[in-house]
Amino acid sequence: MSSSVMEARLLEKEGDEEVYEVFIGPQHPASGHMRLIVRLEGDVIVGVDPDIGWVHRTMEKLAESKEALKAIPLLERMTIIDSQNVTIGYVRALEKLLGVEPPPRARYLRTLLSEINRIASHLYGMGLAGIFVNHSTMFMWCFGDREVWIQLAEELTGARLTHSYSVPGGVRRDLPQGFKEKALKAIRYMEKRLDEYHRIFFDNPQVRARYEGVGVLKPHEARRLGVVGPNLRASGVRYDARLLGDYGVYDELEFEIPVREEGDAMSRLLLRGDEIRQSMNIIRQVLDKIPEGPILAEKYLRLIPPKLREPALKEGRIKFPGIFANLKLPKGEAVARAEMGHGEIFYHVTSDGSKKPYRVRVVTPSFRNVILFRYLPPGHRFMDLPAIYGSLDYFPPEADR
Amino acid sequence: MNTGSRLERLEKGLRDIGLEPVKAPGVLRVDAQPESLVPAARLAVEHGYDHLASVEGIDWPSEGVIEVIYHAESYDEDLRGTLLEIRVKVPRDEPRLPSLIEVWPNALFLERETWDLMGVVFEGHPELRRLLMPPDWDGPPPLRKDFKVKTEGVFVNVE
Repeated sequence: MSSSVMEARLLEKEGDEEVYEVFIGPQHPASGHMRLIVRLEGDVIVGVDPDIGWVHRTMEKLAESKEALKAIPLLERMTIIDSQNVTIGYVRALEKLLGVEPPPRARYLRTLLSEINRIASHLYGMGLAGIFVNHSTMFMWCFGDREVWIQLAEELTGARLTHSYSVPGGVRRDLPQGFKEKALKAIRYMEKRLDEYHRIFFDNPQVRARYEGVGVLKPHEARRLGVVGPNLRASGVRYDARLLGDYGVYDELEFEIPVREEGDAMSRLLLRGDEIRQSMNIIRQVLDKIPEGPILAEKYLRLIPPKLREPALKEGRIKFPGIFANLKLPKGEAVARAEMGHGEIFYHVTSDGSKKPYRVRVVTPSFRNVILFRYLPPGHRFMDLPAIYGSLDYFPPEADR
Repeated sequence: MNTGSRLERLEKGLRDIGLEPVKAPGVLRVDAQPESLVPAARLAVEHGYDHLASVEGIDWPSEGVIEVIYHAESYDEDLRGTLLEIRVKVPRDEPRLPSLIEVWPNALFLERETWDLMGVVFEGHPELRRLLMPPDWDGPPPLRKDFKVKTEGVFVNVE
């Protein structure tokens, strides 16, 4: 498709007096505060203007105004349901600037939490996709089962959602005792539940009628629009930032990147289920293969006073000395990409040599996918809009930053 | 024509239009002028960089310029490891650039955001209106360095 045809479909359509506008939101229409201005001719959508920014907090500016390390807890509030994956890109960018690499055990632990977060994030998205078509059971089940993974993450990091687990050079805490058994139990439970999801939701003819063949995105459109995450892979494009081998231990593990060809709303939902299975596969391998060793780079372990260093190493919990917050970022810039549950997140950190980053650019997956609200709905009936929204797993605080 | 990888061919193409691409880890960096921005972008699309990952503005008040940085990305196996970074400097008091929406359709929201938060005008962009900032915002663009974040302090005096 030439870009002019694509552009014509992206542009806003005003319409005449035959067209009427429906305002959806901004009071939390679904996954957070955003507004869709929908233009209808009869029951057919002629245009949608996604009006975002209701939960904009100027994250990029705030990140410039504090020491580099302090931006980690700030940035994870963009996507609080996926906080390891949302900050790992920033941490990698800092590591590239600082010239430090995490030790192997820390890379395994990061991968472990990334996948636990990914499962929780997908369950959140699938639950919302359920309530979008009035399927309350799916919503309750997914949110209930998400609790299993949140508790696992809490066991590992000490916090249910705001983990702030990865720091430049490593992670904050070691694996707690008995974690492997709990994780394997959770996996066995989740595998059983995924089959039950199929019985009650995915194979339910009423759900299929709402989601199948709706909001079809073709592969070349997905590429040109820069769509990311499961929304991209459900359109037959095999791309995942984990394939870049820039973070974690994904190049040492065996797993598949699930891809589906249909590109419709149903395949976007099913793909999230496929990815949960793969994430559990990764967690199993991580727990089997995780090596012994330090969880923080030697360079930073030395910063901890000896009196605190011994207990920190013994207990596997690191309390950072004040000096750690005042790390000077060398002059330069770094780019990092990471795969969140929602898709690829992009960071570009520029430093002028002071403690605070000069500029932090972050483009979140939901911000990149917002273009689909313009592109997909025209031509569909109004009733299809919730199904399209539900299938995109869009998270407003993440898009607004 | 069909010799070397697509990335090498893109590098050669960029040299042919008078630009100097520099290789950095994971990035192919090009400093462009406002006039050479559109040809460079068209060349990138021809060689597989079919969408943007980011449009960014960096304010350099000491030099009196705003640097606009485009990161183009590809999902193809041979190109996905390298981002194409195109950097253009525009004067701070009149930052204007041609819109790349005809080259990269997904510049629609990325350029609009950069206009909203950094005040760079993209000529030819069909809808430069507030995206993340409130519709009645008339202060300076918040990502400029002369916009200071006011902090409230930790303690509040209560009478």
